[in-house]
Amino acid sequence: MNLALLLSSNTLVHLSAVDIAIIVFYFALVLGIGLYLKGQANTGEDFFMAGREMTAWVAGLAFLSANLGSLELMGWAGNSYKYGILAAHWYWIGAIPSMLFLALVMMPFYYVCKTHSVPGYLKLRFGPGAQTISSVSFAFMTVLMSGINMYAMAVVMKVVLGWNIHFSIIVSSLTVAAYVALGGLRSAIFNEVLQFFLIWAGALLIPILGLIEAGGWNGLQAKILHNLTELNVPNPGSYTHLWSTLGNFNSNPMGINWAGIVFGLGAVIAMGYWTTDFLVVQRVLSAKDLRSAELAPIIGAAFKMMVPLIVILPGLLGLALLRDPHTGALIRLVPANIAWSDAGQAQGLHGYDEVLPLMLARYCGPGLLGLGITALIAGFMSGMAGNVSAFTTVVVYDIYGTLINKNATDEKKVHLGRRWTIWGVLISIGTAYLAARAPSIMDYVQALFSFFIAPLFGTVLLGMLWKRATPAGGWTGLLAGTLSSVGMYTWVKLDPNAVRYVALSMDAQDQAQNMFRALWCCLICVIVTVVVSYLTTPKPDSELKDVVYGLTPIPKTEHVSIFHSPVFWGAVVAVIFVILQIIFW
Amino acid sequence: MKSGGSLSIWFFTGLCLGVTGALIFATGIYELVNPPVEKVVLYELHANIWWGAVLLISGLFFSLKFSPARERARMSGKS
Repeated sequence: MNLALLLSSNTLVHLSAVDIAIIVFYFALVLGIGLYLKGQANTGEDFFMAGREMTAWVAGLAFLSANLGSLELMGWAGNSYKYGILAAHWYWIGAIPSMLFLALVMMPFYYVCKTHSVPGYLKLRFGPGAQTISSVSFAFMTVLMSGINMYAMAVVMKVVLGWNIHFSIIVSSLTVAAYVALGGLRSAIFNEVLQFFLIWAGALLIPILGLIEAGGWNGLQAKILHNLTELNVPNPGSYTHLWSTLGNFNSNPMGINWAGIVFGLGAVIAMGYWTTDFLVVQRVLSAKDLRSAELAPIIGAAFKMMVPLIVILPGLLGLALLRDPHTGALIRLVPANIAWSDAGQAQGLHGYDEVLPLMLARYCGPGLLGLGITALIAGFMSGMAGNVSAFTTVVVYDIYGTLINKNATDEKKVHLGRRWTIWGVLISIGTAYLAARAPSIMDYVQALFSFFIAPLFGTVLLGMLWKRATPAGGWTGLLAGTLSSVGMYTWVKLDPNAVRYVALSMDAQDQAQNMFRALWCCLICVIVTVVVSYLTTPKPDSELKDVVYGLTPIPKTEHVSIFHSPVFWGAVVAVIFVILQIIFW
Repeated sequence: MKSGGSLSIWFFTGLCLGVTGALIFATGIYELVNPPVEKVVLYELHANIWWGAVLLISGLFFSLKFSPARERARMSGKS
C-alpha cells in the first residue's frame, strides 16, 4: 500500500462533535474498567484465567467476541461483496458444528485437566516436544495477528476518517496495553463483552435500514441479479445461494466445490480454529464450572449464527444498493491493492473491505456514525487484546515456565504476565509495520491459520481420542503438518499452476486454496502421527488418565432441568443451523 | 457475574449503552428541530431517535438491575 495515498485528505465520512464524544467516552470507559479490575488480578489464576469464575454467559460472549474483531467484521463484509452469500459458510458450517463439538466433546477434557493453555494440554499428553512446537508457533502467530489487526484498523481509520496512521496505532495499542496489563484476562473479557453489545448496537441498523430500502430479501435478491447482470458478472444468480451452486468449481464466485467447504472448512479449519486456537479456548476455560464451560460455546454458537446479519448482509446490500449519488451509475468495489493504488485513488475507487464503512456512511448520521466507528475501534482493540492476553499466557506458562524456570512462583508469573503484555504490544507494533510491507493482508492471515491451526487440530484430536498416539508421533505429526502447509503455500507462490494440484482446480480463488491446503496438511499430520506412533512405544494407560477419552472419568454435572442442559441447547442450535442451510440453499 | 467487586460487567454494559443512547437520541431530536442540509439515506425514518431510545432504555435497564447497590446487597445476601 502506498503510504502517501493513505495520508491524502480523501475520507469517506466526517465526524461531528457528538461522534467524537462517543468515541472518547468509550476510551475512558475501557481504561476505567482496567483500573477498577487491577486490584483483582493478584494471582496467576486471576491474571491468566480470570479466576475461573466467569458465568456461562460472560464466557460465551467473550468466546465469540474474541473472534469478532474489526478485521473480521470488515474483511467478511468485503468477502460477502466479493463472493456473495458463500461467505456465510464461515459463520455457519465453518463455526456451528465445531463450537458444539468443543462444548460437548472437548471441553470436558480441557476442563478436567485444568490446563492453562492448549500447548499445556499437549505437554500433558505428548510431552515437552509437541508443547514447544505448538507454543512457539502460537506465540509467533498471535503477535503477527495482533499486528495485522492493528495495521488493518489504522489503515481503515486513515481511509474512512483521515486519521494519521501512526496516531491510530499508538493510541489504540497503548489503551490495550494499559487495560490488559492492569486487569489481565478478566479485563480483556470485560471489554470483549462490552464490545459485543457495541458491535450489535452499531451495526444492526445497517441490515434493518438496508432491507427496508431494498424491499426485503426478495427485493435484495432481484436487485443483486439485475446489477450483476448489468455488469456482466458470471453466475449472477449464485451470489444469493449457499449450497446449490457448489456442485462445480466454476459455477460459483469462489471457485470451490462442496467438498472444499464441508471437509476443508467445516472439518479442518473450523474444527481446528474453534477447538484448538487458544485465543478462543482460553475464554471458555475461565468458566466457573464444567456446565458453564459446556454452555459457553453453545451460547457463543447461538449468537454466531446471527452474525451474518451484521456482516454478510451489509456486503450483499452493497452489491444491491451502492450507486453513485450524482450519476446513478453502479459503484463496483475492487480489490484493495487496486483501490489504494495511485490510479485507484485518482479515480475515487473503493476496496471490497470498505463496503461496511460505506454502508455505515449511507444510513448513519451524527451520533449513529460515532457509535458505528466506536464499534469498529472496539472490535479492533478486543481482537488485539485477545491475541495479547493469549500470547502472554503461552509465553509465561509454556515457554518461560517449561523451558526456562520450572519453579517460578505465582507472584513471579503475574509480574512476568504484566511485563510480557507490554512486550506483546510492542512486538505487535513492530509486526504492524511489517504488515504494511505485505502486498495482501488477508492472504497472510489465512496462510497463518492453515500453517498453525489445521495441523494442531489433527494432533489434539488424535491425542484426545486415540490412546495409542505416542509422544514421538505427536510432535513429528505436528511438525510435518506445519511444514507441509508452508511448503504447499510456497509451491503455489513460486508456481501458480500448482493450484491445480493443491486446490484441485485452476478456478480456485484464495479462500478455496486455503481450505484445501488446510485439509491436506491436517491429513499429513494425522498420517505421520499414526505411522510414527505404531513405530514407537506408547505411554502406559496410567499416565494418560485425564488426558485421553475413555481413560478419563468425566465428572457428572449437577442434575439440572432440561432447559439448563448443555445437550438440549446444543440440539436446539443444531436444528436452527440445519433450518438456515435449507432456507438459503 | 461475580467480579470480585461490587461492579458487574452488566453495569458497565448498561452505562455504555445508556450514555451512547442518550447522546444519539438527543442528536436525533436536535436534527428533527433543525434538519441537516446533507441528509443520509432514509433520513425520514429518523433512525437516530428510535435507535437512540432503544439503546437508552436498554442501558437504563442494565444499569439499574446491576447497580452497585443491588450487587452489594446480592453479595451480602449470599455470604
